[in-house]
Amino acid sequence: MKLKDTLENYVFVLPAVLIFAIFYVIPFVWVFQLGLYEWDGILPTKIFLGLDNFKEIIFQDSIWWKSMWQAGYITLIALTFQNVLAFLLAWACDREIRLKNFYRVIFFLPPVLSEVVVGLVWQWILDGHYGLLNHWLMHLGLANFARNWLSDPSTALTTVAIVHSWKGFGWGFLIFLAGLQTIPRQLYEAARVDGANSWVCFRKITIPLMVPVAILVAILTVLGTMQAFVLIIAMTGGGPAYHTQVPVLRILASMRGSSRFGYACAQGISFGVILMAISFVQYRFSRKARYN
Amino acid sequence: MKASTYYGTKKVTVNLLIHLFLISIAITCIFPLIWMVASSLKTQETIFSDASLLPRNPHFENYYLAWQEGGFGRYFLNSIFYTVSVVLGIVVVSSLAAYAFSRFRFPGKNLLFVMFMAAMMIPIPGSFVPLYVLLNKLHLRNTSLGYILCMINVGLSTSIFLLKTFFDKMPKELEDAARIDGCSKLGIWWHVALPLAKPVLAVVVVFNALSVWNEYVLALIIFDSKPLMPLQVALMAFQGEFITRYPLLMAGLTITALPIIIVYILMQKYIIKGVTEGAIVG
Repeated sequence: MKLKDTLENYVFVLPAVLIFAIFYVIPFVWVFQLGLYEWDGILPTKIFLGLDNFKEIIFQDSIWWKSMWQAGYITLIALTFQNVLAFLLAWACDREIRLKNFYRVIFFLPPVLSEVVVGLVWQWILDGHYGLLNHWLMHLGLANFARNWLSDPSTALTTVAIVHSWKGFGWGFLIFLAGLQTIPRQLYEAARVDGANSWVCFRKITIPLMVPVAILVAILTVLGTMQAFVLIIAMTGGGPAYHTQVPVLRILASMRGSSRFGYACAQGISFGVILMAISFVQYRFSRKARYN
Repeated sequence: MKASTYYGTKKVTVNLLIHLFLISIAITCIFPLIWMVASSLKTQETIFSDASLLPRNPHFENYYLAWQEGGFGRYFLNSIFYTVSVVLGIVVVSSLAAYAFSRFRFPGKNLLFVMFMAAMMIPIPGSFVPLYVLLNKLHLRNTSLGYILCMINVGLSTSIFLLKTFFDKMPKELEDAARIDGCSKLGIWWHVALPLAKPVLAVVVVFNALSVWNEYVLALIIFDSKPLMPLQVALMAFQGEFITRYPLLMAGLTITALPIIIVYILMQKYIIKGVTEGAIVG
Protein backbone atom coordinates (compact mmCIF):
# COMPACT_ATOMS: atom_id res chain seq x y z
CA MET A 1 0.00 0.00 0.00
CA LYS A 2 2.77 2.37 1.01
CA LEU A 3 4.81 1.48 -2.06
CA LYS A 4 1.84 1.89 -4.35
CA ASP A 5 1.22 5.27 -2.81
CA THR A 6 4.79 6.44 -3.44
CA LEU A 7 4.74 5.17 -7.02
CA GLU A 8 1.51 7.02 -7.58
CA ASN A 9 3.21 10.22 -6.39
CA TYR A 10 6.04 9.69 -8.84
CA VAL A 11 3.54 9.39 -11.69
CA PHE A 12 2.63 13.05 -11.09
CA VAL A 13 6.17 14.32 -11.52
CA LEU A 14 7.27 11.78 -14.13
CA PRO A 15 6.31 13.68 -17.30
CA ALA A 16 7.93 16.88 -16.06
CA VAL A 17 11.09 15.09 -14.93
CA LEU A 18 11.39 13.15 -18.22
CA ILE A 19 11.07 16.25 -20.39
CA PHE A 20 13.40 18.18 -18.12
CA ALA A 21 16.02 15.42 -18.11
CA ILE A 22 16.02 15.00 -21.88
CA PHE A 23 15.71 18.62 -23.00
CA TYR A 24 17.51 20.45 -20.21
CA VAL A 25 19.91 18.17 -18.29
CA ILE A 26 21.37 16.30 -21.28
CA PRO A 27 22.05 19.46 -23.34
CA PHE A 28 23.47 21.11 -20.22
CA VAL A 29 25.99 18.28 -19.75
CA TRP A 30 26.75 18.16 -23.47
CA VAL A 31 27.67 21.83 -23.61
CA PHE A 32 30.55 21.17 -21.24
CA GLN A 33 31.58 18.02 -23.04
CA LEU A 34 31.37 19.38 -26.59
CA GLY A 35 33.25 22.52 -25.57
CA LEU A 36 36.41 20.39 -25.43
CA TYR A 37 36.14 19.15 -29.03
CA GLU A 38 36.42 20.30 -32.60
CA TRP A 39 33.31 18.95 -34.32
CA ASP A 40 31.29 19.97 -37.37
CA GLY A 41 28.03 18.57 -36.03
CA ILE A 42 27.70 15.92 -38.74
CA LEU A 43 30.72 13.59 -38.89
CA PRO A 44 30.82 10.77 -36.33
CA THR A 45 34.40 11.70 -35.36
CA LYS A 46 35.20 14.45 -32.94
CA ILE A 47 38.73 15.76 -32.36
CA PHE A 48 39.64 16.23 -28.73
CA LEU A 49 41.22 19.64 -28.09
CA GLY A 50 41.22 19.98 -24.34
CA LEU A 51 40.99 23.64 -23.51
CA ASP A 52 42.14 24.88 -26.91
CA ASN A 53 38.69 26.28 -27.79
CA PHE A 54 38.78 28.41 -24.66
CA LYS A 55 42.31 29.61 -25.38
CA GLU A 56 41.21 30.61 -28.85
CA ILE A 57 38.24 32.51 -27.46
CA ILE A 58 40.31 34.38 -24.92
CA PHE A 59 43.43 35.15 -26.95
CA GLN A 60 42.52 35.09 -30.64
CA ASP A 61 38.85 35.75 -31.18
CA SER A 62 38.82 39.54 -31.45
CA ILE A 63 35.31 39.59 -32.92
CA TRP A 64 34.06 37.70 -29.88
CA TRP A 65 35.42 40.39 -27.57
CA LYS A 66 34.16 43.14 -29.85
CA SER A 67 30.69 41.58 -29.64
CA MET A 68 31.03 41.36 -25.86
CA TRP A 69 31.82 45.09 -25.60
CA GLN A 70 28.98 45.91 -27.96
CA ALA A 71 26.51 43.95 -25.84
CA GLY A 72 27.94 45.85 -22.87
CA TYR A 73 27.34 49.14 -24.67
CA ILE A 74 23.70 48.23 -25.42
CA THR A 75 23.31 47.17 -21.79
CA LEU A 76 24.72 50.49 -20.60
CA ILE A 77 22.16 52.39 -22.67
CA ALA A 78 19.41 50.09 -21.40
CA LEU A 79 20.54 50.64 -17.80
CA THR A 80 20.58 54.42 -18.10
CA PHE A 81 18.26 55.69 -20.83
CA GLN A 82 15.73 52.84 -20.69
CA ASN A 83 15.52 52.51 -16.91
CA VAL A 84 15.46 56.23 -16.18
CA LEU A 85 12.64 56.59 -18.69
CA ALA A 86 10.84 53.63 -17.08
CA PHE A 87 11.21 55.18 -13.64
CA LEU A 88 10.04 58.64 -14.71
CA LEU A 89 6.98 57.17 -16.42
CA ALA A 90 6.15 55.05 -13.37
CA TRP A 91 6.58 58.08 -11.11
CA ALA A 92 4.32 60.13 -13.40
CA CYS A 93 1.67 57.39 -13.29
CA ASP A 94 1.85 56.88 -9.51
CA ARG A 95 -0.83 59.43 -8.60
CA GLU A 96 -4.52 60.12 -8.99
CA ILE A 97 -4.45 60.64 -12.70
CA ARG A 98 -6.85 60.04 -15.53
CA LEU A 99 -6.06 57.41 -18.19
CA LYS A 100 -3.71 55.61 -15.77
CA ASN A 101 -4.74 52.17 -16.94
CA PHE A 102 -4.57 53.25 -20.58
CA TYR A 103 -0.93 54.30 -20.14
CA ARG A 104 -0.13 51.08 -18.33
CA VAL A 105 -1.55 48.98 -21.15
CA ILE A 106 0.18 51.02 -23.88
CA PHE A 107 3.62 51.05 -22.26
CA PHE A 108 3.65 47.27 -22.02
CA LEU A 109 2.64 46.83 -25.66
CA PRO A 110 6.21 46.82 -27.11
CA PRO A 111 7.34 44.07 -24.67
CA VAL A 112 4.56 41.69 -25.72
CA LEU A 113 5.36 42.02 -29.43
CA SER A 114 7.94 39.67 -30.90
CA GLU A 115 11.47 40.85 -31.54
CA VAL A 116 11.11 39.90 -35.20
CA VAL A 117 8.04 42.11 -35.64
CA VAL A 118 9.59 45.03 -33.74
CA GLY A 119 12.91 44.67 -35.54
CA LEU A 120 11.45 44.53 -39.04
CA VAL A 121 9.05 47.44 -38.49
CA TRP A 122 11.82 49.65 -37.11
CA GLN A 123 14.15 48.60 -39.88
CA TRP A 124 11.56 49.87 -42.35
CA ILE A 125 11.14 53.16 -40.44
CA LEU A 126 14.92 53.65 -40.23
CA ASP A 127 15.67 52.63 -43.81
CA GLY A 128 18.29 54.94 -45.28
CA HIS A 129 16.61 55.59 -48.63
CA TYR A 130 12.87 55.21 -48.10
CA GLY A 131 12.51 55.23 -44.32
CA LEU A 132 9.98 57.46 -42.63
CA LEU A 133 12.48 58.98 -40.20
CA ASN A 134 14.70 60.36 -42.94
CA HIS A 135 11.61 61.45 -44.89
CA TRP A 136 10.49 63.54 -41.93
CA LEU A 137 13.97 64.94 -41.32
CA MET A 138 14.07 66.13 -44.94
CA HIS A 139 10.69 67.82 -44.61
CA LEU A 140 11.69 69.53 -41.39
CA GLY A 141 14.75 70.96 -43.11
CA LEU A 142 17.04 68.71 -41.13
CA ALA A 143 18.36 66.81 -44.13
CA ASN A 144 21.85 67.05 -42.65
CA PHE A 145 20.81 64.69 -39.89
CA ALA A 146 19.38 62.07 -42.24
CA ARG A 147 21.59 59.03 -42.57
CA ASN A 148 21.65 55.29 -43.12
CA TRP A 149 20.87 54.64 -39.47
CA LEU A 150 21.37 50.89 -39.57
CA SER A 151 24.08 50.51 -42.18
CA ASP A 152 26.30 53.38 -41.09
CA PRO A 153 28.92 51.94 -38.69
CA SER A 154 28.90 55.10 -36.60
CA THR A 155 25.16 54.97 -35.81
CA ALA A 156 24.13 51.30 -36.17
CA LEU A 157 24.91 50.14 -32.64
CA THR A 158 23.33 53.13 -30.88
CA THR A 159 20.26 52.88 -33.09
CA VAL A 160 19.88 49.20 -32.23
CA ALA A 161 20.33 50.01 -28.53
CA ILE A 162 17.62 52.66 -28.63
CA VAL A 163 15.13 50.35 -30.35
CA HIS A 164 16.02 47.71 -27.77
CA SER A 165 15.26 50.23 -25.01
CA TRP A 166 11.99 51.14 -26.73
CA LYS A 167 11.00 47.49 -26.70
CA GLY A 168 12.08 46.91 -23.10
CA PHE A 169 11.21 49.92 -20.94
CA GLY A 170 7.70 48.58 -20.28
CA TRP A 171 9.12 45.88 -17.99
CA GLY A 172 10.92 48.38 -15.79
CA PHE A 173 7.90 50.66 -15.86
CA LEU A 174 5.56 47.99 -14.48
CA ILE A 175 8.00 46.89 -11.78
CA PHE A 176 8.80 50.45 -10.70
CA LEU A 177 5.09 51.30 -10.62
CA ALA A 178 4.35 48.26 -8.45
CA GLY A 179 7.20 49.32 -6.17
CA LEU A 180 6.02 52.92 -5.92
CA GLN A 181 2.54 51.77 -5.01
CA THR A 182 3.87 49.90 -1.98
CA ILE A 183 5.14 53.18 -0.43
CA PRO A 184 2.55 54.16 2.22
CA ARG A 185 0.84 57.47 1.39
CA GLN A 186 1.00 58.49 5.06
CA LEU A 187 4.76 58.92 4.74
CA TYR A 188 4.27 61.65 2.15
CA GLU A 189 1.47 63.27 4.15
CA ALA A 190 3.55 63.32 7.30
CA ALA A 191 6.47 64.90 5.45
CA ARG A 192 4.11 67.50 3.96
CA VAL A 193 2.85 68.41 7.43
CA ASP A 194 6.49 68.90 8.45
CA GLY A 195 6.85 71.39 5.60
CA ALA A 196 8.63 69.29 2.97
CA ASN A 197 7.94 70.20 -0.67
CA SER A 198 7.50 67.67 -3.50
CA TRP A 199 11.18 67.67 -4.41
CA VAL A 200 12.27 66.96 -0.84
CA CYS A 201 9.66 64.20 -0.57
CA PHE A 202 10.91 62.70 -3.81
CA ARG A 203 14.55 62.78 -2.71
CA LYS A 204 14.12 61.74 0.91
CA ILE A 205 11.29 59.21 0.65
CA THR A 206 10.79 57.94 -2.90
CA ILE A 207 14.42 57.50 -3.96
CA PRO A 208 15.72 55.65 -0.84
CA LEU A 209 12.71 53.32 -0.73
CA MET A 210 13.07 52.50 -4.42
CA VAL A 211 16.73 51.44 -4.28
CA PRO A 212 15.99 47.70 -3.86
CA VAL A 213 13.47 47.83 -6.72
CA ALA A 214 15.98 49.67 -8.90
CA ILE A 215 18.59 47.00 -8.23
CA LEU A 216 16.12 44.28 -9.17
CA VAL A 217 15.28 46.09 -12.41
CA ALA A 218 19.01 46.54 -13.08
CA ILE A 219 19.70 42.81 -12.65
CA LEU A 220 16.84 41.88 -14.98
CA THR A 221 18.00 44.49 -17.51
CA VAL A 222 21.60 43.28 -17.54
CA LEU A 223 20.74 39.58 -17.87
CA GLY A 224 18.09 40.29 -20.51
CA THR A 225 20.05 42.77 -22.60
CA MET A 226 23.38 40.93 -22.64
CA GLN A 227 21.60 37.89 -24.09
CA ALA A 228 19.36 39.77 -26.53
CA PHE A 229 20.01 39.01 -30.18
CA VAL A 230 16.83 38.28 -32.16
CA LEU A 231 16.01 41.99 -32.45
CA ILE A 232 19.49 42.51 -33.89
CA ILE A 233 19.08 39.67 -36.39
CA ALA A 234 15.89 41.33 -37.58
CA MET A 235 17.38 44.83 -37.77
CA THR A 236 20.96 44.45 -39.02
CA GLY A 237 21.91 40.76 -38.98
CA GLY A 238 24.97 41.82 -36.96
CA GLY A 239 26.31 44.17 -39.61
CA PRO A 240 27.61 46.45 -40.97
CA ALA A 241 30.94 44.64 -40.72
CA TYR A 242 30.38 43.17 -37.22
CA HIS A 243 29.39 46.56 -35.77
CA THR A 244 26.22 45.21 -34.15
CA GLN A 245 27.44 41.71 -33.32
CA VAL A 246 26.62 40.40 -29.84
CA PRO A 247 27.80 37.18 -28.12
CA VAL A 248 24.74 34.99 -28.75
CA LEU A 249 24.85 36.00 -32.41
CA ARG A 250 28.49 34.81 -32.50
CA ILE A 251 27.47 31.48 -30.96
CA LEU A 252 24.81 31.07 -33.64
CA ALA A 253 27.35 32.02 -36.32
CA SER A 254 29.92 29.50 -35.02
CA MET A 255 27.28 26.79 -35.20
CA ARG A 256 25.46 27.60 -38.43
CA GLY A 257 28.02 29.66 -40.32
CA SER A 258 31.32 27.90 -39.64
CA SER A 259 29.92 24.53 -38.42
CA ARG A 260 32.13 24.60 -35.33
CA PHE A 261 29.84 23.03 -32.74
CA GLY A 262 32.54 22.56 -30.12
CA TYR A 263 33.67 26.13 -30.42
CA ALA A 264 30.06 27.37 -30.20
CA CYS A 265 29.61 25.42 -26.94
CA ALA A 266 32.86 26.84 -25.54
CA GLN A 267 31.63 30.33 -26.37
CA GLY A 268 28.36 29.55 -24.61
CA ILE A 269 30.20 28.40 -21.48
CA SER A 270 32.48 31.46 -21.43
CA PHE A 271 29.53 33.77 -21.80
CA GLY A 272 27.45 31.89 -19.22
CA VAL A 273 30.28 32.19 -16.69
CA ILE A 274 30.52 35.95 -17.28
CA LEU A 275 26.76 36.33 -16.85
CA MET A 276 26.79 34.32 -13.63
CA ALA A 277 29.63 36.49 -12.32
CA ILE A 278 27.77 39.70 -13.14
CA SER A 279 24.55 38.57 -11.50
CA PHE A 280 26.47 37.32 -8.46
CA VAL A 281 28.15 40.71 -8.00
CA GLN A 282 24.82 42.47 -8.41
CA TYR A 283 23.20 40.10 -5.94
CA ARG A 284 25.87 40.80 -3.30
CA PHE A 285 25.48 44.49 -3.99
CA SER A 286 21.71 44.31 -3.49
CA ARG A 287 22.11 42.38 -0.20
CA LYS A 288 24.42 45.12 1.02
CA ALA A 289 22.02 47.85 -0.07
CA ARG A 290 19.18 46.12 1.74
CA TYR A 291 21.13 45.97 5.04
CA ASN A 292 21.94 49.66 4.87
CA MET B 1 -8.54 82.67 -1.79
CA LYS B 2 -5.63 83.93 -3.79
CA ALA B 3 -3.37 81.19 -2.51
CA SER B 4 -5.83 78.44 -3.39
CA THR B 5 -6.17 79.61 -7.02
CA TYR B 6 -2.38 79.81 -7.21
CA TYR B 7 -2.09 76.21 -6.05
CA GLY B 8 -5.00 75.30 -8.34
CA THR B 9 -3.32 76.62 -11.50
CA LYS B 10 0.02 75.18 -10.44
CA LYS B 11 -1.56 71.78 -9.99
CA VAL B 12 -3.29 72.00 -13.36
CA THR B 13 -0.01 72.94 -15.07
CA VAL B 14 1.87 70.09 -13.41
CA ASN B 15 -0.86 67.64 -14.38
CA LEU B 16 -0.82 68.93 -17.93
CA LEU B 17 2.93 68.54 -18.21
CA ILE B 18 2.73 65.01 -16.81
CA HIS B 19 0.04 64.08 -19.33
CA LEU B 20 2.07 65.62 -22.12
CA PHE B 21 5.08 63.49 -21.16
CA LEU B 22 3.02 60.30 -20.82
CA ILE B 23 1.12 60.87 -24.06
CA SER B 24 4.23 61.60 -26.10
CA ILE B 25 5.80 58.31 -24.99
CA ALA B 26 2.50 56.49 -25.54
CA ILE B 27 2.47 57.80 -29.12
CA THR B 28 5.96 56.44 -29.79
CA CYS B 29 4.69 53.05 -28.54
CA ILE B 30 1.71 52.93 -30.89
CA PHE B 31 3.05 54.80 -33.89
CA PRO B 32 5.29 52.07 -35.37
CA LEU B 33 2.28 49.73 -35.38
CA ILE B 34 0.13 52.31 -37.16
CA TRP B 35 2.91 52.79 -39.70
CA MET B 36 3.13 49.01 -40.13
CA VAL B 37 -0.60 48.78 -40.94
CA ALA B 38 -0.48 51.88 -43.18
CA SER B 39 2.46 50.44 -45.13
CA SER B 40 0.66 47.13 -45.53
CA LEU B 41 -2.13 48.91 -47.43
CA LYS B 42 0.09 50.54 -50.06
CA THR B 43 1.35 49.12 -53.33
CA GLN B 44 4.80 48.26 -54.49
CA GLU B 45 4.78 51.50 -56.53
CA THR B 46 3.47 53.90 -53.89
CA ILE B 47 5.15 52.57 -50.76
CA PHE B 48 8.48 54.28 -51.37
CA SER B 49 7.00 57.72 -51.96
CA ASP B 50 3.67 57.81 -50.12
CA ALA B 51 4.23 58.77 -46.46
CA SER B 52 0.55 59.04 -45.56
CA LEU B 53 -0.83 57.32 -42.49
CA LEU B 54 -4.20 56.75 -44.14
CA PRO B 55 -3.52 55.63 -47.72
CA ARG B 56 -6.14 57.06 -50.06
CA ASN B 57 -6.77 53.74 -51.82
CA PRO B 58 -6.14 51.09 -49.20
CA HIS B 59 -5.04 47.87 -50.89
CA PHE B 60 -6.56 45.24 -48.67
CA GLU B 61 -5.74 42.64 -51.28
CA ASN B 62 -2.19 42.71 -49.91
CA TYR B 63 -3.50 40.62 -47.04
CA TYR B 64 -4.98 38.12 -49.43
CA LEU B 65 -1.67 38.01 -51.34
CA ALA B 66 0.38 37.61 -48.17
CA TRP B 67 -1.95 34.91 -46.89
CA GLN B 68 -1.97 32.95 -50.18
CA GLU B 69 1.17 33.77 -52.19
CA GLY B 70 3.40 34.68 -49.26
CA GLY B 71 2.30 31.50 -47.51
CA PHE B 72 1.45 33.32 -44.31
CA GLY B 73 -1.84 31.44 -44.05
CA ARG B 74 0.09 28.23 -43.68
CA TYR B 75 2.59 29.73 -41.21
CA PHE B 76 -0.25 31.26 -39.21
CA LEU B 77 -1.90 27.87 -38.78
CA ASN B 78 1.49 26.37 -37.85
CA SER B 79 1.97 29.02 -35.16
CA ILE B 80 -1.54 28.40 -33.82
CA PHE B 81 -0.89 24.66 -33.73
CA TYR B 82 2.46 24.99 -31.92
CA THR B 83 1.12 27.54 -29.45
CA VAL B 84 -1.95 25.48 -28.54
CA SER B 85 -0.02 22.20 -28.25
CA VAL B 86 2.79 23.65 -26.15
CA VAL B 87 0.45 25.53 -23.82
CA LEU B 88 -1.73 22.45 -23.30
CA GLY B 89 1.37 20.36 -22.66
CA ILE B 90 2.77 22.85 -20.17
CA VAL B 91 -0.52 23.18 -18.30
CA VAL B 92 -0.92 19.41 -17.86
CA VAL B 93 2.72 18.53 -17.14
CA SER B 94 3.53 21.46 -14.87
CA SER B 95 0.31 21.37 -12.87
CA LEU B 96 0.73 17.63 -12.21
CA ALA B 97 4.28 18.21 -10.99
CA ALA B 98 3.48 21.37 -9.03
CA TYR B 99 0.60 19.59 -7.29
CA ALA B 100 2.85 16.71 -6.28
CA PHE B 101 5.58 19.08 -5.08
CA SER B 102 3.04 20.93 -2.98
CA ARG B 103 0.96 18.08 -1.53
CA PHE B 104 2.76 14.73 -1.63
CA ARG B 105 5.77 13.24 0.08
CA PHE B 106 8.21 11.06 -1.84
CA PRO B 107 11.96 10.45 -1.74
CA GLY B 108 13.97 12.93 -3.80
CA LYS B 109 11.20 15.50 -3.87
CA ASN B 110 13.25 18.44 -2.64
CA LEU B 111 16.19 17.63 -4.89
CA LEU B 112 13.96 17.50 -7.95
CA PHE B 113 12.26 20.76 -7.07
CA VAL B 114 15.59 22.50 -6.50
CA MET B 115 16.73 21.31 -9.94
CA PHE B 116 13.72 22.86 -11.61
CA MET B 117 14.30 26.11 -9.75
CA ALA B 118 18.04 26.14 -10.53
CA ALA B 119 17.19 25.83 -14.23
CA MET B 120 15.27 29.09 -13.87
CA MET B 121 18.30 30.89 -12.43
CA ILE B 122 21.24 29.54 -14.45
CA PRO B 123 21.60 31.14 -17.85
CA ILE B 124 22.92 28.85 -20.60
CA PRO B 125 23.34 31.10 -23.59
CA GLY B 126 23.61 29.06 -26.74
CA SER B 127 21.75 26.07 -25.31
CA PHE B 128 20.31 25.75 -28.81
CA VAL B 129 23.60 24.15 -29.96
CA PRO B 130 23.34 20.91 -27.93
CA LEU B 131 19.56 20.89 -28.44
CA TYR B 132 20.15 20.77 -32.18
CA VAL B 133 22.53 17.82 -31.73
CA LEU B 134 20.10 16.05 -29.41
CA LEU B 135 17.13 16.44 -31.74
CA ASN B 136 19.25 15.14 -34.62
CA LYS B 137 20.11 12.02 -32.62
CA LEU B 138 16.49 11.45 -31.64
CA HIS B 139 15.38 12.04 -35.26
CA LEU B 140 13.14 14.80 -33.97
CA ARG B 141 14.78 17.66 -35.84
CA ASN B 142 12.61 19.23 -38.51
CA THR B 143 9.53 17.74 -36.84
CA SER B 144 6.67 19.45 -35.04
CA LEU B 145 6.98 17.05 -32.12
CA GLY B 146 10.62 17.98 -31.53
CA TYR B 147 9.80 21.67 -31.46
CA ILE B 148 6.78 21.20 -29.20
CA LEU B 149 8.72 19.14 -26.66
CA CYS B 150 11.58 21.68 -26.58
CA MET B 151 9.15 24.52 -26.02
CA ILE B 152 7.29 22.63 -23.27
CA ASN B 153 10.64 22.33 -21.52
CA VAL B 154 11.30 26.06 -21.93
CA GLY B 155 8.11 27.00 -20.04
CA LEU B 156 8.21 24.21 -17.49
CA SER B 157 10.25 25.61 -14.57
CA THR B 158 8.49 28.96 -14.29
CA SER B 159 5.07 27.36 -14.61
CA ILE B 160 5.83 24.76 -11.93
CA PHE B 161 7.06 27.55 -9.67
CA LEU B 162 3.94 29.71 -10.15
CA LEU B 163 1.57 26.77 -9.67
CA LYS B 164 3.35 25.35 -6.64
CA THR B 165 3.32 28.74 -4.94
CA PHE B 166 -0.43 28.87 -5.55
CA PHE B 167 -1.11 25.31 -4.34
CA ASP B 168 0.95 25.93 -1.19
CA LYS B 169 -1.38 28.74 -0.20
CA MET B 170 -4.58 26.94 -1.22
CA PRO B 171 -6.63 25.48 1.69
CA LYS B 172 -6.73 21.67 1.75
CA GLU B 173 -10.30 21.17 3.06
CA LEU B 174 -11.96 20.61 -0.31
CA GLU B 175 -9.34 18.04 -1.29
CA ASP B 176 -9.79 16.26 2.05
CA ALA B 177 -13.53 16.14 1.50
CA ALA B 178 -13.03 14.69 -2.00
CA ARG B 179 -10.63 12.07 -0.61
CA ILE B 180 -13.17 10.97 2.00
CA ASP B 181 -15.71 10.62 -0.82
CA GLY B 182 -13.29 8.13 -2.41
CA CYS B 183 -11.80 10.31 -5.09
CA SER B 184 -8.39 9.20 -6.42
CA LYS B 185 -5.34 11.48 -6.38
CA LEU B 186 -5.62 12.10 -10.10
CA GLY B 187 -9.33 12.71 -9.67
CA ILE B 188 -8.68 15.32 -6.96
CA TRP B 189 -6.04 17.02 -9.13
CA TRP B 190 -8.46 17.20 -12.04
CA HIS B 191 -11.78 17.87 -10.30
CA VAL B 192 -10.67 19.97 -7.32
CA ALA B 193 -7.18 21.44 -7.61
CA LEU B 194 -7.19 22.55 -11.27
CA PRO B 195 -10.56 24.35 -11.14
CA LEU B 196 -9.44 26.22 -8.00
CA ALA B 197 -6.18 27.19 -9.68
CA LYS B 198 -7.92 28.98 -12.56
CA PRO B 199 -6.53 32.46 -11.78
CA VAL B 200 -2.91 31.28 -11.79
CA LEU B 201 -3.54 28.94 -14.72
CA ALA B 202 -4.65 32.00 -16.68
CA VAL B 203 -1.27 33.62 -15.98
CA VAL B 204 0.55 30.42 -17.01
CA VAL B 205 -1.49 30.10 -20.21
CA VAL B 206 -1.10 33.72 -21.29
CA PHE B 207 2.62 34.01 -20.64
CA ASN B 208 3.47 30.72 -22.29
CA ALA B 209 1.23 31.48 -25.25
CA LEU B 210 3.01 34.80 -25.80
CA SER B 211 6.41 33.19 -25.47
CA VAL B 212 5.66 30.37 -27.93
CA TRP B 213 4.01 32.65 -30.49
CA ASN B 214 7.00 35.01 -30.36
CA GLU B 215 9.75 32.35 -30.24
CA TYR B 216 12.34 32.55 -32.98
CA VAL B 217 15.70 30.87 -32.47
CA LEU B 218 14.67 27.29 -31.65
CA ALA B 219 12.27 27.29 -34.57
CA LEU B 220 15.09 28.61 -36.75
CA ILE B 221 17.47 25.77 -35.95
CA ILE B 222 14.84 23.00 -35.76
CA PHE B 223 12.90 23.57 -38.98
CA ASP B 224 14.47 23.28 -42.42
CA SER B 225 11.30 22.75 -44.40
CA LYS B 226 9.12 25.77 -45.02
CA PRO B 227 5.74 24.01 -44.59
CA LEU B 228 6.57 23.43 -40.91
CA MET B 229 7.77 26.92 -40.05
CA PRO B 230 5.97 29.18 -37.60
CA LEU B 231 5.37 32.85 -38.40
CA GLN B 232 8.49 34.40 -36.84
CA VAL B 233 10.92 32.29 -38.85
CA ALA B 234 8.82 32.60 -41.99
CA LEU B 235 8.85 36.39 -41.69
CA MET B 236 12.64 36.47 -41.61
CA ALA B 237 12.81 34.01 -44.51
CA PHE B 238 10.34 36.11 -46.50
CA GLN B 239 12.32 39.26 -45.77
CA GLY B 240 15.52 37.57 -46.91
CA GLU B 241 13.96 36.34 -50.13
CA PHE B 242 11.86 39.34 -51.18
CA ILE B 243 13.77 42.16 -49.57
CA THR B 244 11.88 44.98 -51.25
CA ARG B 245 8.34 43.63 -51.14
CA TYR B 246 7.52 45.84 -48.19
CA PRO B 247 3.70 45.92 -48.56
CA LEU B 248 3.47 42.13 -48.33
CA LEU B 249 6.07 41.99 -45.56
CA MET B 250 4.12 44.59 -43.56
CA ALA B 251 0.91 42.63 -44.14
CA GLY B 252 2.72 39.53 -42.85
CA LEU B 253 3.93 41.44 -39.80
CA THR B 254 0.40 42.68 -39.12
CA ILE B 255 -0.96 39.13 -39.41
CA THR B 256 1.69 38.06 -36.88
CA ALA B 257 1.20 40.93 -34.43
CA LEU B 258 -2.59 41.17 -34.46
CA PRO B 259 -3.40 37.99 -32.44
CA ILE B 260 -0.84 39.04 -29.82
CA ILE B 261 -2.33 42.52 -29.53
CA ILE B 262 -5.85 41.12 -29.21
CA VAL B 263 -4.86 38.55 -26.59
CA TYR B 264 -2.89 41.20 -24.73
CA ILE B 265 -5.78 43.66 -24.60
CA LEU B 266 -8.22 40.98 -23.48
CA MET B 267 -5.88 39.48 -20.89
CA GLN B 268 -3.91 42.59 -19.80
CA LYS B 269 -5.11 42.15 -16.21
CA TYR B 270 -3.35 38.77 -15.94
CA ILE B 271 -0.25 39.91 -17.80
CA ILE B 272 0.33 42.97 -15.64
CA LYS B 273 -0.39 40.92 -12.52
CA GLY B 274 2.04 38.24 -13.67
CA VAL B 275 4.85 40.70 -14.31
CA THR B 276 4.50 42.56 -11.04
CA GLU B 277 4.06 39.43 -8.91
CA GLY B 278 6.89 37.66 -10.68
CA ALA B 279 9.14 40.63 -10.02
CA ILE B 280 8.24 40.84 -6.34
CA VAL B 281 8.95 37.13 -5.95
CA GLY B 282 12.26 37.48 -7.79
